[in-house]
Amino acid sequence: MDPAGVKFILNPYDEFAVEEALRLRDKFKGEVTAISVGADNAKEAIRQALAMGADKGILVKGDKSDSFQVADMLAAAIKPLSPDLILLGKQSIDFDGMEIASMLSELLDLPAATVAVALNIEGNKATVEKEVEGGRETIQLDMPCIVAAQKGLNEPRYPSLPNIMKAKQKPIQEVSGAPGAKRTEIVEMTKPEKKRANKIVKIDGNASQAAHELARMLHEEAKII
Amino acid sequence: MNILVYLEERNGRIRKPSLEAISAAHALGGTVHAAVIGAEANALVEQAKTLNVQTVFAASDARLAKYSSRATARALAEIAKQANAEVVLVGATGRGKDLAPRAAIRLEAGYVPDVTAFTNSNGDIVATHPVYAGKAQMSVRVTTPVKVFSTRPNLWKPSKDAAASTPAVQNVSVSFQDTDFSEHTTALTLSQGKLDVAEADIIVSGGRGMRGPEHWTLIENLAEAFGAATGASRAVVDAGWRPHAEQVGQTGKTVSPTLYVAIGISGAVQHLAGMSSSKTIVAINKDENAPIFSIADYGLVGDAFEVLPALTEEIKKLRSH
Repeated sequence: MDPAGVKFILNPYDEFAVEEALRLRDKFKGEVTAISVGADNAKEAIRQALAMGADKGILVKGDKSDSFQVADMLAAAIKPLSPDLILLGKQSIDFDGMEIASMLSELLDLPAATVAVALNIEGNKATVEKEVEGGRETIQLDMPCIVAAQKGLNEPRYPSLPNIMKAKQKPIQEVSGAPGAKRTEIVEMTKPEKKRANKIVKIDGNASQAAHELARMLHEEAKII
Repeated sequence: MNILVYLEERNGRIRKPSLEAISAAHALGGTVHAAVIGAEANALVEQAKTLNVQTVFAASDARLAKYSSRATARALAEIAKQANAEVVLVGATGRGKDLAPRAAIRLEAGYVPDVTAFTNSNGDIVATHPVYAGKAQMSVRVTTPVKVFSTRPNLWKPSKDAAASTPAVQNVSVSFQDTDFSEHTTALTLSQGKLDVAEADIIVSGGRGMRGPEHWTLIENLAEAFGAATGASRAVVDAGWRPHAEQVGQTGKTVSPTLYVAIGISGAVQHLAGMSSSKTIVAINKDENAPIFSIADYGLVGDAFEVLPALTEEIKKLRSH
């Protein structure tokens, strides 16, 4: 994929994470640092987080193509900060891996819960509602911990104009990532092959005939029913 | 090549995505083993012994009565070492997608999530998985000696055959630490009765074309005729017509049923991302230019309200044979 001309955005799932961080900061008093791994164009996403209200930013410069390396670079940058809570989106919408929070948990030796649709913090315990097939799993974690946000965790705020202006003055520290060796290599990216039959029938006033034809195709051709 | 498949349990039974992972393991080629991890692994071990695996590795600890991903990951990695596994497969369920990358870190192994296909050329394994919300697919080679993959549910057939001879059982002792249990499940609340969209073989899904929540009986009746689960587009969930649990799409659930019927759904890219790997897709929409038709195998252009009752009757007739 050629990145020239593509606007890099704050990953939508990370917006829920930023929003949750801001609400918790306002509730418990504290500081929100927005951190990202990538090239210079990742600064745009960090600025958006700062515009939402995050206090400072960190850009870890490095190659994002290997998930282990991303997690490794994040872990190294996060460790010295000793945060009480690490929030991120459940997955990035480019590679859809859903793996970073879980890897960070192992690398930082901290508990983590993923696909969180609800988060409650009391004392030094966090309770997360995780969305699973068929329902919800309630997970309790000791803090410090990591939580990966799913849609529904909250309603992210739109940055106000004053906050957008303030964001320009907030610092973004740049560090160079030094991850361990890559563990995967991309062979190729292709468009999915699945060829569809595209047998489209117009109803054209004769609903019972159209219904019959569709049922016939599902029975005789697709052999599904 | 030794392949270890993690068997996920729910309500005392091994879950279908784990049985599918066993099929994926055999398709990959190698000696397939199973890992059972829990408080009293015995009941699950008995189930695992009926499967097509050579050895059932079991790790148990009373503290695992409440699921803990960190503890389970430690056990899975330990079992992988004992089994001398080159490949570890985990069904890509909610738990699996968290467990697999953890095991990968513990094994210093590369990991590919949500795999939809494998090729194995004399031991060179390449795994394909969807990216950019399903608009593309990426083929990835893991370059470490041990390789971990999570396999997308509903693509491989669930393996139900027995092995040629009864699997051996090997108990594995794991040195759990207290911190392994610093995160654990306290409750699992499943919606009673209704077939979950993520597990269903057939899904009948409705969108804005249904005009309002009061018309949903048309969708439900057709779903019932098919023996299907009901799904929904983001638009109708955001509008409050249907619960988020039914939402199919990038910000909802990703499904790959045998049959997906999209009614009054235009086919926005984000919706397609959630269902484009369905084996057969049917679309019913008033607009012949709706993008959904480009990925439909079969479609009807016209008013869903006219055709749904008739279609429901046709399906009932066919299925009653």
